[in-house]
Amino acid sequence: MSTTTTDTSPPREQFTGQVGFILSAIGSAVGLGNIWRFPGVAYENGGGAFLVPYVIALLTAGIPILFLDYALGHRFRGGPPTAFRRVKKWLESLGWFQVMICFVIAIYYAAIIGWALSFFVYSFTLKWGDDTAGFFTGDYLQLSDTANGGAWFTLDFVPAVLIPLVLVWVATIAVLVGGVAKGIEKANVVFLPLLVVAFAVLVVRAVFLDGATDGLNALFTPDWSALGDMNVWIAAYGQIFFSLSVAFGIMITYSSYRKRRANLTSPGLVVAFSNSGFEMLAGIGVFAALGFLAHEQAVAVADLEGITGPILSFVTFPAVVSEMPAGPLFGALFFGSLAMAGFTSLISILQVVSAGFQEKFGLTRRKAVLWIGIVAAVLSVVGFSTTTGLIALDTIDNWSNNIGIVASAVLMCVFLVWLLRTSPELRYHLNTVSTFQVGRWWYVCVGAIVPAVLAYMLVSRIVDLVQNPYEDYDETYLLYAGWGTLVVLVVGAVLLTLPRWRRDPDSYVAWPPYPPVTTSTTKGAAR
Amino acid sequence: MTGPAILLMLCSLVVVWGGLLVSILALRARPERADFPEGGLDDRREDDAITERDT
Repeated sequence: MSTTTTDTSPPREQFTGQVGFILSAIGSAVGLGNIWRFPGVAYENGGGAFLVPYVIALLTAGIPILFLDYALGHRFRGGPPTAFRRVKKWLESLGWFQVMICFVIAIYYAAIIGWALSFFVYSFTLKWGDDTAGFFTGDYLQLSDTANGGAWFTLDFVPAVLIPLVLVWVATIAVLVGGVAKGIEKANVVFLPLLVVAFAVLVVRAVFLDGATDGLNALFTPDWSALGDMNVWIAAYGQIFFSLSVAFGIMITYSSYRKRRANLTSPGLVVAFSNSGFEMLAGIGVFAALGFLAHEQAVAVADLEGITGPILSFVTFPAVVSEMPAGPLFGALFFGSLAMAGFTSLISILQVVSAGFQEKFGLTRRKAVLWIGIVAAVLSVVGFSTTTGLIALDTIDNWSNNIGIVASAVLMCVFLVWLLRTSPELRYHLNTVSTFQVGRWWYVCVGAIVPAVLAYMLVSRIVDLVQNPYEDYDETYLLYAGWGTLVVLVVGAVLLTLPRWRRDPDSYVAWPPYPPVTTSTTKGAAR
Repeated sequence: MTGPAILLMLCSLVVVWGGLLVSILALRARPERADFPEGGLDDRREDDAITERDT
C-alpha cells in the first residue's frame, strides 16, 4: 500500500534519528515550568505526599496523552491542522486552535527568556542589590503602578527588556530557518546537555549550603492528609499536563518529523521520565536554595514568600544568589539554565505555527519562519517590552494556558475517542511501529481519566475567573486581555480554517493501513 | 533531614529516575521493531527544504 497517493507534496523534513528526536522532545518538555512551577506546587500540595498523585498523574494522564499526540502526528504526518484534518475534515479548526495557542504563548514566552538573559548578565555584578523585588518590578521592568492610577497598557518601551527580547527573536528565527535537523535538533543537541550539566552543578552546590536540609524537609515531609483533598490531585494532574507540552500541537508536530518506521512509545517513555526527572532535580535545587535563604534570614522556610513562578526566579532567587558564596557564578548558572530551558521550548512552540502555515499555504520553510517570526517578534515587543508587559504576560498566560490548552485537550480527547472513535486506530498505529506495546488501559486514560480531570479543571477555573477578577486586576482590562485572548484563539482558528489548501491534504493515505490487512510482513528496518 | 522526608525523597527519586533508567535500557535493548507491515517507506530527501526546484 502506498504511503501517499500523490507526489505533489514536498519531502517532509525529518529528525536525523531517535536520539535527535528524543533530545528535541525533552528540550521542548523541559521548560520554565519545570524549574519554577513544580517545586512550589509540590510544596503547597502536601510536600512529599504530593509525589503519590504526581506519579499516578504521570502514568494515567501524562504518558497516555503524550502517546496520543505522537500517534496523531506520526500517523497523519503533519502539524495539528493537517493531522486533525486527515482524521476528519471539520476537525481542522481544532488544529488551528492549537496553532493559535502556540502563537500566543510564543510571543510572551520569548519575553521571559529575554528577562532571563538580562539577569544572566546582571548576575556577574549582582546588579539587583538587596531589594530584589524593587529591582525586578521597578528598576528592571519599570512596571506601571496600576494600584495608584497607572495605565494598564502603555507603549512606553523599556530598553533593558526590549534589547534581549529582540535577540531572543533573532536567535529563534535563525534556528527555525535552519530546519528540523539542522536547526531545531542541533540547537537541542547543544543546549540540552549544557542545561542538564549547568543545573546539576547548581543543585549539587545548593544541597551543601547551610540550611539546605530545612528546605528539603519542607519539600519532602509528607502531609498524608493532603491525599484526601481533591484539589491536590487536580494540582498533580495540572502539573504533569502543563509540564509535558502536550495537547497543544508540539508533540504532534515533532512526531510528524520522524520517519514512518520509527519507534514511538519507548522514546515517549524516555521523554516523559526525563521531564519528571528534571522536575525532581529542580525541586531539590530550588528548595535547598530556599532553605539556605531562610537560614540566612533567620526565618522558617514556610515564612518565605515568592516560591513559585516568575517571582521565584526573578525576585527570590536573586536574593539567594546574593547570599551565596560565589554568587555571581551560580547566578549565571541559574539564569543561563532558565534561558536555555526556555529557548528549547520556544523553538518547539513556534515550529508548530511554522509547520501549520507551510503545509496549508504551501510556503517554503524560510518564508514561513520569517513571516511568522517577524510578526510574532513585533507583537512580542509591543506587548511585553513595555512598562505594562508583566501584567499583560500574567493575564494572557493565565487564559491561554488554563483555559486554552485545557479546552484543547478536552476537545481532542472527546472528539477523537468518543465522537470519531479513532482511538483503536491510533493504538494500532502505536503498537505497529513501536517496541513498547500500549494496552487497552490507554483507552481508559485518554477517554475517561484525562477528559474528566481536565474538564473539571476547566470548569472550576472558568467559574473562578468569572466570579473573582484575576489577581484583582481591572475588570475591563481582563475583559480585553484575558477573555479577549480566548476570542483571538477561536476567531483565529476559524479564519485560518477557511482558506483553500495549496496542496490537497485529503489525498493522503495513512500507513500502516487500518483495519490491518493480513499480508506477509517485511523483515528488516526501513529503507 | 527528617526520616520521613528522606524516605519520601528516596522513593520519589527511585520511581522517577528509576523509570527513566529502565526506559532508557529498554530502548537500548530494542531501539526499533524488526517487523513492519508492507509500505511505510520514506522519501529519502529528508530535510530538504520545501523547495520550488522540486516542482
